[in-house]
Amino acid sequence: MDKESFIVEVENLVRKFDGFTAVDNITFQVRKGEVFGFLGPNGAGKTTTIKMLCGLLSPTSGRGRVGDYDISTQSEKIKENIGYMSQKFSLYEELTVEENIDFYSGIYRVKKVLKKERKEWVLKMADLEDKRGRKTGELALGWKQRLALGCALLHNPPILFLDEPTSGVDPVSRRNFWDMIYSFSDKGTTVFVTTHYLDEAEYCHRLGLIFKGKLVQIGTPEELKGKSVSGSIWELECDKPIEALDFLQKDKRIMEVSLFGINIHLLLPSGEEVTPFSHLLKEKGIEVIRLHKVIPSLEDAFVSLIRKES
Amino acid sequence: MLEILNLLKQYGSLVAVDYLNLKIEKGEMAGLVGPDGAGKTTLMRILSAILPPTSGSARVAGYDIIRDAEKLKEKIGYMPQRFGLYEDLTVLENLNFFSELYQLSKKQKDEKYKEVFNFSQLEPFKDFLAGNLSGGMKQKLALSCVLLHTPEVLLLDEPTRGVDPLSRRDFWRILFEQQKRGITIFISTSYMDEAERCQKVAFLDKGRLIAYGTPKKLKEIMNEFLYEISCDKTREAKSVLEKVDGISGISIFGEKIHFTLREEKLLANIKNKLKDTGVEILNLRRIEPSLEDIFIFLKQDKIEIRNG
Repeated sequence: MDKESFIVEVENLVRKFDGFTAVDNITFQVRKGEVFGFLGPNGAGKTTTIKMLCGLLSPTSGRGRVGDYDISTQSEKIKENIGYMSQKFSLYEELTVEENIDFYSGIYRVKKVLKKERKEWVLKMADLEDKRGRKTGELALGWKQRLALGCALLHNPPILFLDEPTSGVDPVSRRNFWDMIYSFSDKGTTVFVTTHYLDEAEYCHRLGLIFKGKLVQIGTPEELKGKSVSGSIWELECDKPIEALDFLQKDKRIMEVSLFGINIHLLLPSGEEVTPFSHLLKEKGIEVIRLHKVIPSLEDAFVSLIRKES
Repeated sequence: MLEILNLLKQYGSLVAVDYLNLKIEKGEMAGLVGPDGAGKTTLMRILSAILPPTSGSARVAGYDIIRDAEKLKEKIGYMPQRFGLYEDLTVLENLNFFSELYQLSKKQKDEKYKEVFNFSQLEPFKDFLAGNLSGGMKQKLALSCVLLHTPEVLLLDEPTRGVDPLSRRDFWRILFEQQKRGITIFISTSYMDEAERCQKVAFLDKGRLIAYGTPKKLKEIMNEFLYEISCDKTREAKSVLEKVDGISGISIFGEKIHFTLREEKLLANIKNKLKDTGVEILNLRRIEPSLEDIFIFLKQDKIEIRNG
């Protein structure tokens, strides 16, 4: 991968607040046209990082580049070249759909000759043409989300920052939203998403996992699932799940036992065989209906990685 | 343990809960799943006897939500989305406050505190102000408070919203402990992966119950085959799939595509079409639908019926 294809490059970035290190020496790159997820629990340093990348906060040390601009010295240029959509959508509820678009056209200094064309583009893209006169506050969440996305794209930025974009949105609207995101990514727009929702993370091409200010792991969702979980996860279906859960929880060889509906998930360390547990359950009078290996979820990976760190 | 009969709640012309019927057995954990605005909170408030329904009835822990509201409140633990912890009181002072509210004796208090500290692991923080706790810890404290009077039914309204995955697992571990003691749990969530952990799942959409059953039963609703494909050219593959008859619901997940097929035998044709376009298939396998797939399937199905 040559240097040209990276649109965001961050090297040894640090941000401290009164002795507290919010972002601790992180280094990563984002490729042009990629959907990159920045994943971490609350307080991990996601917002501090995104603020530095958007030129809203200067780093304590280290370097960063977004597009052709340096985040420490060219923050004004960066602001003109990015789109930002927050989880609260920052729309004016009492304004109409059209008025919100006009407002953001002004903020992003969209050229006068282009204003009408860009507005129609947003209305069409978000499927809001017949709702242009409606008060924004009256729209369902999924519509608001698309309007906010449209507003963030009015000035045609090469890079788009999304902060937990689909939290609380219904699954159908969420899939539609991601369809739109992929079509922008296809046309070369880079998308940087911060989230702690693992179902949003599944949609990303690559993920960086941040914890206590440090970048713990980086890779595709599949790579993270494969790399992070040490051991194997087994799903057990049996006739008495609660009793089985109680029994298995007492076994020190099992790293983690949890209930999933009527099934139980067991995390076994590498090298540990599963058959003995099946026998033990039978001896207890619990009938094993099915016991099979499952692929770890992104949440399994996330939890294991964080456990290793802390 | 919980039974809802033709429950209706209207706010003016808005129908928040639309003639709902539902039954949860003793000791079961049932999940209430739906998007924002589906009516989850309204339903939880009605079941907690805080909000009267427009019509219909419900019984919780043996008591009618209208006639026996006061008795019912003694038998349930209700944790609303914004639980009323006192941020300027310490952890211990919060527990003391709720103990007094429930009129616990000294002995009951000692026993209960031991129990809640054991599962919440909050004892080292007992003199911390509640306002200074992390989101996950606050939720554990709130849950401790609603468990002090040993309720038979727990009604939890999106308790893990905005809580990170690690704290979320911890919270669920506590819920399973409670379930093992025979407590019935009704929990609302907008996370589909949490719904997978419940024994029964209720899908709520615009106040209507669109499906109810075990996750396994719900997955049988989908009478189509779901596949996951990874290939070298995701975009091209998607446009090929879009043109194939018998395929519906194509969605991209990063480098992978999910699609549903009406008939399994169409698969060979799809493989050929992809090869002809120069797309190399790296992996193609049938997958079990997630509850999210089912929710989407049900909603799309409905739209088709309405249009037809």
